[in-house]
Amino acid sequence: MAHPSQLGFQDAASPVMEELLHFHDHALMIVFLISTLVLYIIVAMVTTKLTNKFILDSQEIEIIWTLLPAIILILIALPSLRILYLMDEINDPHLTIKAMGHQWYWSYEYTDYEDLGFDSYMIPTQDLAPGQFRLLEADHRMVVPVESPIRILISAEDVLHSWAVPSLGVKMDAVPGRLNQTAFIASRPGVFYGQCSEICGANHSFMPIVVEAVPLEHFENWSSLMLEDA
Amino acid sequence: MAEDIKAKLEKYRTAPFDARFPNQNQTRNCWSNYVDYYRCQKALDAKGLDTQPCEWYKRVYKSLCPISWPKRFDSLSFAKHHKLLPPLKLERFLVPPVV
Repeated sequence: MAHPSQLGFQDAASPVMEELLHFHDHALMIVFLISTLVLYIIVAMVTTKLTNKFILDSQEIEIIWTLLPAIILILIALPSLRILYLMDEINDPHLTIKAMGHQWYWSYEYTDYEDLGFDSYMIPTQDLAPGQFRLLEADHRMVVPVESPIRILISAEDVLHSWAVPSLGVKMDAVPGRLNQTAFIASRPGVFYGQCSEICGANHSFMPIVVEAVPLEHFENWSSLMLEDA
Repeated sequence: MAEDIKAKLEKYRTAPFDARFPNQNQTRNCWSNYVDYYRCQKALDAKGLDTQPCEWYKRVYKSLCPISWPKRFDSLSFAKHHKLLPPLKLERFLVPPVV
């Protein structure tokens, strides 16, 4: 989950998010290097007493400051395209879950075997137990087995919503009448939080997403219990 | 053929990748399997054959379609909106002339 005065991304919980994190580090380092160089040149230009009124052109530096940006752009583009295609790989999911956005809660459906569906409302602040997170906790979590490719199909029953979990590297719009597909693998067990990412009315900020990744046996026990309760 | 489908159904985990719908928008995938299930039922019933192979389409559409969608597909308003009904025969409103 997010921490107070956090600057960077949340810790990655899926292989794709790890790649995105590393790419961000790489691109940001290039940005810092360029900014430092430019700042240095600006300061050097401003603080020198030397003047030169007679330079008209210079072939060498023109070549350098054309080629170098082109090379830097290629060095950014190659890892970027690698990750883009990695995210688009055909995967063979073990489980399909549907996340339906409503005003103002999410409902999750696990219909591969039985018809399991439940709603997930935010826990109001006054009902939080000590140690729980304000505006992030939900009464029913979306439980998934760890290290399994999951296909998640996202839609909405009323207005636009968006299903996002930053630590899994997933964000997908929930459009009424449309079924958007995305996939992820939870690489470690844990609880991962997200929030609705498309303005959807008064309680847009109060419909969080909570994904709980557990070992497969625990997932099977949980789904049997949920079916009994339903 | 029917044995293959039976074996596939026994090993069923979830809807497999369908190359006809490789991209983000899976709406037609849900619709297509839903329609194929009923078409398969109708076709095999008409020939008097076992409709067990149609169960594959049912499993796939149940995996993919949100629970509320098949009910919506079956509704009259959906059929009207998507022009799925045959054209109206308005001759029945013609009143014969009174002699």
